[in-house]
Amino acid sequence: MHMADALISPTVGLTFCAISGGTIIYSAKKLKEEANEKIIPLMGVLGAFVFAAQMINFTIPGTGSSGHLGGGMILAILLGPYAGFLTLASVLIIQALFFGDGGLLALGCNIFNMAFWTCFVAYPLIYRKIVKQDSQPTMITFAALVSVLAAMQLGPFSVVIQTLLSGISDLPFKSFVLLMQPIHLAIGLVEAVVTAAFIAFVRKARPEILQAAATSRLLAQIPIRKVLIGLGVVTLLTGGILSWFASSHPDGLEWSIERITGKSEISEPVKGIIPLLGAIQEKSAILPDYGFKPGGPPQTDEMQADQSERGEAWPAIASGTTVAGVVGSVMTLALAFLIGFVFKRRRSKVR
Amino acid sequence: MASFDSTFLDLGRLDNLSYNDTIIHRIDPRAKLLVTVVFIIVVVSFPKYALTSLVPFFFFPILMAYLAELPVGFLLKKLLIVSPFAVFIGIFNPFLDREVLVHLGSFDITGGWISFGSLILRFVLTVGAALILIATTSFPGICNALDRLKVPRLFVIQLMFLYRFIFVLTEETLRMVRARRMRSFDKKRPGIKQFVQMVGLLFLRTLERAERIYLAMCSRGFDGEIRTIKRLRFTLRDLLFLSLFIMLFAVFRFYNTNQILGNLVLQVFR
Repeated sequence: MHMADALISPTVGLTFCAISGGTIIYSAKKLKEEANEKIIPLMGVLGAFVFAAQMINFTIPGTGSSGHLGGGMILAILLGPYAGFLTLASVLIIQALFFGDGGLLALGCNIFNMAFWTCFVAYPLIYRKIVKQDSQPTMITFAALVSVLAAMQLGPFSVVIQTLLSGISDLPFKSFVLLMQPIHLAIGLVEAVVTAAFIAFVRKARPEILQAAATSRLLAQIPIRKVLIGLGVVTLLTGGILSWFASSHPDGLEWSIERITGKSEISEPVKGIIPLLGAIQEKSAILPDYGFKPGGPPQTDEMQADQSERGEAWPAIASGTTVAGVVGSVMTLALAFLIGFVFKRRRSKVR
Repeated sequence: MASFDSTFLDLGRLDNLSYNDTIIHRIDPRAKLLVTVVFIIVVVSFPKYALTSLVPFFFFPILMAYLAELPVGFLLKKLLIVSPFAVFIGIFNPFLDREVLVHLGSFDITGGWISFGSLILRFVLTVGAALILIATTSFPGICNALDRLKVPRLFVIQLMFLYRFIFVLTEETLRMVRARRMRSFDKKRPGIKQFVQMVGLLFLRTLERAERIYLAMCSRGFDGEIRTIKRLRFTLRDLLFLSLFIMLFAVFRFYNTNQILGNLVLQVFR
């Protein structure tokens, strides 16, 4: 359920990057204040451990299909929320770079969807509330099950919200939710069973590890209100600024034309160099964009404006424009390959 | 997810590639990181129905791949097997958005197919850029860049540890997976119970290893910082790389270059 660059808008991507980045800075500060340096190598090792464990496929009973571990809650339980969050974020960074899971801009969304809900909501508000120092094994198992399930419902739900806010996918909210949540209920159930069994294994083999995690002062307290207020401020600031920018300059081209010529439209091209400018103008026709239309509806709801405008903007395209676009695309690609080819030739000559 | 062996080998291959010595590899990691991030933001900033205007952006990955002597086939294969989530969500567009937007000859193309095509282009460009970044920049280099860009040091150091341990632990895991397969005849994958035992064992070994490493590090004077001799220097060449590419992206974003080119060509033949 990695969120992908291809599905998000810059506003959504950058807002969540700010949220996740802020949480990383906050967690690092907290850890530096209260933990000793021993935790740094431990985080690295456990992150690599989860990474390696994710690569083992196992058979899901009853279905015959294969699954693999996510491991977020395991990290939160073993390391606590702050260190667990940072470690999980690191695993996601490495996945984004080496496997192309998601993407670099969607990294903020992914860290939020998987690490934030797990470490700062499901773990402190569910797992820690159920598990006390002298909890019975069945209670610990129960806590692991419920908290993983909760995290695995919150994460996909925020995927839905982020996708809808971005407006690249046409899936309506209701069917998207109905698509995502049941799938992740099943995935979450497997993850929950594996997490609970793993915690039971660790408790049997090395009980002192869970004991240490349970009694550590740092791990128990999270100023959840403070975290939430901070997040709200970051969201409002970045989201607000970015969407203001996006709506007042919906298309960089139109914006720059407006600035250069002093008006938003260029008169119809006739001859000579003017068709060149015409080609520029046609771009605004081939790319109907968010709420930028003289006399159009106010830009309150981007997606709605987009929907209403599309119908009017598109039929205006002459097929010649489309052909020119296709020809130009082929030319551009050919040129890129040509340049690459020339470089390659030159290189082999040098050798 | 692909089989364990191929995942493991890919990881090693990308890591090896990143230590090559080409003109692109020598550029400061900060410059490459920033250019990649700007590239991705510019690509996703196009409206939903942008199709041809995304094509010029293939210039960047193609140029980078050639200049850095990257094996293009390998990268394309990695792109193909990458998590299909975006494609899975995008494929609904053609069914939901059936309004005909373009007539190309006798073909009617609906908005859904155009936005789906746009989504595929976005996917290839953004994921491709990330893969090219890691194939041309060593991971320690990226960590170094993050550190210089004021990402909290604790986080960066921990990221370096994680990366170093990945190869050790995945190799160990690879051995465990193989050993289990040899003992269990035709069962290709472990069940949940076996899996938990394997992972549990891996965890116990990992902890012991972490303890040993930590003590060894302490005896060598580790105090929570990693110091490197190699200093990053942001030279004129890096600045040139950064500004040239960002200017190029700006031109591609604000001017529909291939429309202009296409019109010119059509005019010549007319």
